[in-house]
Amino acid sequence: MGGLQKKKFERGSAANYITRNKARRKLQLSLPDFRRLCILKGIYPHEPKHKKKVNKGSTAARTFYLLKDIRFLLHEPIVGKFRDYKVFVRRLKKAYGKTEWSAVERLRENKPTYKLDHIIKERYPSFIDALRDIDDALCMCFLFSTFARTGKCHVQTIQLCRRLTVEWMNYVITSSALRKVFISIKGIYYQAEVMGQLITWVVPYQFSHDHPTDVDYRVMATFTELYTTLLGFVNFRLYHSLNLIYPPKMDSKVEMDQMEDDDYAMTSESNSEKLSALSASLARAVSSAEEEEAELDQFPVEGEDIEQMEAKEKEQKQQKLFKGLKFFLNREAPRESLAFVIRCFGGEVSWDKSLCIGSTYEVTDETITHHIADRPNIEKQYINRYYIQPQWVYDCVNAKMLLPVEDYFLGVNLPPHLSPFVEEKEGDYVPPEKLKIMALQRGEKPANEEEEEDEEEGEEEEEEEGDEEEEEEEDEEEEAEEKNLKMMEEQRSQGKSLQVKVTPGKVKAENSARLEEEEKAEEKRLAIMMMKKKEKYLYDKIMFGKKRKVREANKLAAKRKAHDDAEKSKKKKAKK
Amino acid sequence: MEESSKRSEQRKEMEKERKKGEKKRRKEEEEEEEEILIFNHKSAEKEKEDEDLSDSEDSVFSGLEDSGSDSEDDDDDDEDLKVDQNLSQQEEEEEEEEDVQSSLKKKDEEEEVKRDEYEHDSSDEEDIRNTVGNIPMEWYKDFPHIGYDLDGKKIYKPIRNKDELDDFLDKMENPDYWRTVQDKQTGSDVVLSDEQVELVKRLQRGQFGDVNFNEYQPQVEFFTQEVMLHPVTNRPADKRSFIPSLLEKDKVSKLVHAIKMGWIKPRRDSRDDSRGRYYDLWASEDTSNLARHRMHLPAPKIPLPGHHESYNPPPEYLFTDEERALWEQQDPVDRKFPFVPRSFSSLRLVPAFPRFIHERFERCLDLYLCPRQRKMRVNVNPEDLIPKLPKPKDLQPFPTTQSLVYRGHSGLVRSISVSPSGQWLASGSDDGSVRFWEICSSRCLKTVQVGGAVKSVAWNPNPSVCLLAVALDSAVLILSPALADRQVVLSSDRLLSAPQEAEPIEGDGLVNWSDTEGEELNQGIRLKIQHPKAVQQVAWHTKGDYLASVMPDHSSHLQVLIHQVSRRRSQNPFRKNKGLVQSVSFHPIRPYFFVATQRSVRIYNLVKQDLTKKLHANSKWISSMAVHPGGDHVICGSYDCKLSWFDLDLSTKPYRMLRHHRKAVRSVAYHRLYPLFASAADDGSIIVCHGTVYNDLLQNPLIVPVKVLRGHVITHELGVLDVTFHPTQPWIFSSGADATIRLFT
Repeated sequence: MGGLQKKKFERGSAANYITRNKARRKLQLSLPDFRRLCILKGIYPHEPKHKKKVNKGSTAARTFYLLKDIRFLLHEPIVGKFRDYKVFVRRLKKAYGKTEWSAVERLRENKPTYKLDHIIKERYPSFIDALRDIDDALCMCFLFSTFARTGKCHVQTIQLCRRLTVEWMNYVITSSALRKVFISIKGIYYQAEVMGQLITWVVPYQFSHDHPTDVDYRVMATFTELYTTLLGFVNFRLYHSLNLIYPPKMDSKVEMDQMEDDDYAMTSESNSEKLSALSASLARAVSSAEEEEAELDQFPVEGEDIEQMEAKEKEQKQQKLFKGLKFFLNREAPRESLAFVIRCFGGEVSWDKSLCIGSTYEVTDETITHHIADRPNIEKQYINRYYIQPQWVYDCVNAKMLLPVEDYFLGVNLPPHLSPFVEEKEGDYVPPEKLKIMALQRGEKPANEEEEEDEEEGEEEEEEEGDEEEEEEEDEEEEAEEKNLKMMEEQRSQGKSLQVKVTPGKVKAENSARLEEEEKAEEKRLAIMMMKKKEKYLYDKIMFGKKRKVREANKLAAKRKAHDDAEKSKKKKAKK
Repeated sequence: MEESSKRSEQRKEMEKERKKGEKKRRKEEEEEEEEILIFNHKSAEKEKEDEDLSDSEDSVFSGLEDSGSDSEDDDDDDEDLKVDQNLSQQEEEEEEEEDVQSSLKKKDEEEEVKRDEYEHDSSDEEDIRNTVGNIPMEWYKDFPHIGYDLDGKKIYKPIRNKDELDDFLDKMENPDYWRTVQDKQTGSDVVLSDEQVELVKRLQRGQFGDVNFNEYQPQVEFFTQEVMLHPVTNRPADKRSFIPSLLEKDKVSKLVHAIKMGWIKPRRDSRDDSRGRYYDLWASEDTSNLARHRMHLPAPKIPLPGHHESYNPPPEYLFTDEERALWEQQDPVDRKFPFVPRSFSSLRLVPAFPRFIHERFERCLDLYLCPRQRKMRVNVNPEDLIPKLPKPKDLQPFPTTQSLVYRGHSGLVRSISVSPSGQWLASGSDDGSVRFWEICSSRCLKTVQVGGAVKSVAWNPNPSVCLLAVALDSAVLILSPALADRQVVLSSDRLLSAPQEAEPIEGDGLVNWSDTEGEELNQGIRLKIQHPKAVQQVAWHTKGDYLASVMPDHSSHLQVLIHQVSRRRSQNPFRKNKGLVQSVSFHPIRPYFFVATQRSVRIYNLVKQDLTKKLHANSKWISSMAVHPGGDHVICGSYDCKLSWFDLDLSTKPYRMLRHHRKAVRSVAYHRLYPLFASAADDGSIIVCHGTVYNDLLQNPLIVPVKVLRGHVITHELGVLDVTFHPTQPWIFSSGADATIRLFT
């Protein structure tokens, strides 16, 4: 046919991908450096559509990067910094070997460093992009901020993480952006809405970590490096969007108040600690009074829907959920989390002076409305306040309303804590507690529970009895028919001539609706038979998934029922 | 102190008078010395009284009086001389004694000062009274003497008979006990004077031994800061002092170069500048949408926690014992949750989650190591996937219910056939009998024992004759059941008896035509066509004169024979073996012949005697075939559960494959009048489908399954073996492995 023979794997998808080792060789980097570069630049492997084609006919497991991505890395200035660092390490080693301490010192002073600003800008060209990706950054920073200041990673990193997370929390408080909270066995999940983006992060419980050995902390540290930079810039921008001063400062009035009573540490230190106590509001670049006035001037746009307005109102209502309530935290309650949540929703909060800096009022304050404690009983109780368990606060936030406090008194068996992130669709299992809360939200008042239960019991019993009766009747009829038939058969088998007898035939009432249904079902079955192979497969898959869901929901319901029954029987026994 | 200050003042004032002042100074110095000595004297006098008592014995033993003046050191010489000079005038009588005393004191002093030194190392100074030298005195501890004096005489140890008690008494009574020390060299006790004690104390405090020594004398500078009029030296300045240094120039230029090249950097600000690090990075929001960002696949977010993860979940979310056991058994990868749901009665009891760091780390790994791929999630309503077909209701009539069961056979009913009149049903079974049933009453009218398993029965489609072809073993029987009116019976008899004169031409040796006699004839068996091999199937031509029989064989070209009944002729149409023949059929209208082999269906033109089409059924093994009464469509059932519909005008590939059955399809059939076809399979079901064929060539046939009929019992893993439609009614007959024949209407 003429022309050069086309070689295989020189065009198409094979030319668009590159294996990791080849990429590394092309960049002339060691594996750790390559890894660090990938983490910082956000380069990840791609799964090719046709792996065999890309892999030049082999089916061996390989990770592929897009060739374009790797070419893009070639021009990264940070690669040069990596090389500088390598040289630096070599020189330092040499100087140590020669015991040239002055050289060591000089080298250490000129240790090559790099900045990630341009990378952040490049990876997140707009601020919203950055916000969208901030989940992981927050989780990581919150984790690192709980590390002990020894081993594992640099103390500066830990301090920086702590600072950034405190700044973040302060921002969330000031903008009252928090939406949902969930206490899980892993840690506490928070979800905030910042500039229309839902941001979720998890904070581990305040315990020292049992550092696992099978975790590569270098990888985590590289991520943290990137994340702290990102979070710093995001914080800066967020603070400025609220006219707050960054780095954050306390409101001057509050500061003046507090300056008097503490003199135990350096001002910078105490300042940061006060910030982390989350008890004071932040200083603004423009005074807050003006801003409020400006807010008042706004009026609703005409085109806005009523629904939207309502939603907005609801949101505002939620933001002021704890407004006017005064909380006091006993020392065993998780202070930081509770203070954060309560202040996010406009409540006032304080704690024992000896527990942490930044407490604003004493236990003896008569205006305290809620005292949060996590112990079975408190000896000295004030009459004019509720003593409740911490879960109340979280449940209120998730229910978007103040729940009745009776269920949360000290020493009371707490109602289950539900995840606010689950949104039940039709057909899903909804735990009864959720139904109760939904009823409360709709404004229905729960009847006295015990009465209800009794009624339910009675009804159920009646129903059951009724069912049984009906069933029995049916059974009897069937049995009679069967007996007749059997008799006839026996007679036939014995060869006796049948006693000719005409019995009046019973007209079986045919359930037309049921027949119709059956017909429809058959139609459907037949139609399914005519499906194409591909569609049939898909259909089967979907139906399988649906069935599984139903099965799981049923299982949960059954489990719940069994549990409730067991509880009831226990109660009855106790009564007797 | 005063002296020295005076001196310095003097020196500052007048340097020239230095020499003059020398004499004066000497005098002053002498005076000073006198004072010291006088002081010494006073103290010495005081001590003398004490010492006289105690030291008298010492002096005797040590012979100090003799050697006192002789053994003075060089250092002491001057002083002694001075002492002599000074004291010679004062007291002559006590001269000697005092001299001795003073010298003794000096000795003691020295010894006291240097005691420590003697213990450790030697010095030039030697004890002059004892000539043994600087040796450990323990060497003499066993001897009565302690050493030798200058004359070589033994120096005896002082008599020491003090025991503990004496020592104690001494301690109690003697006020000087604390200042009494033993001279190791001489072995004698020496009582220290006040001065000596003072000296010891000063030394212990780390001060100078001399009381009058001033440590902090003003510094005498060799050069003054005042510029002198004349140079100190007269040496002319070097040339290099006013030529710039090349070496320095070299060094500086190197540094400059290094700075220029950026090798040397200014010292960095050491303090942490992280406070002011951040700025508004997104101040200028450029909306440049890079290609990279379009290609970017954002990592999926971590799924949000459900009720399971709560610290106090509703009780139904907790694991039961079985679930927990299952969870523990499962591989960590397969588990639905990476944790066991737990419930705590209060928040303070919640422990740290041990895998928290792990989870974050795994997330990190996922972010940078996990290959990403964009996957299109199909979000379809499953109802939309179901094809919209006309309702079966609108496609009536078709058989819906089982109305009759024909019982009587004792073996599998392999084959059934309905007479063209639609009144009779013939069935052949493995029990070696052919039965004739009246369809409406399900009565078995006639049973013909043929003596062998019947493979196939086929009613002659010509309504003017009443004949049945039966295949058993290697023979084909033509039966005349006489189940019609006389006219028909007669005509069929005529057909069978007609061609006596015409002798067979082809296939002579292959097939043996013979009339039956006796018993067989009584039963209605009229003709017997003996084949060389076992016959599997028989099929009539529409006219009813030709009969095809199938003898499946891998290795031979003799698989199909076509018989002409009226002339009793047989011929083998194929010269070549094209595969195992499964089934054959005549075209209902035109002179075509369908042969179904294992994988394909061949259509031969009987006039031209050549292959016109080869249909590829996409199945492994064709089991049965049926030709549409119009002749343009063929359906094939196969053992791999498929039914393929061929549109001969369309393609040689199946127009539609139907996979309705779950087991091997045994038989397929078309209805002669109604647009219906059916397939029967080993799963015991018969599926009746509506299959409209349009005259318009552009419109494809419409195939709609309308009914699934069940009734046959599966025996020996065989369900329905044959299926046939009633020639005029929308009824269907089926025969099964359970030895029954059923009619569905």
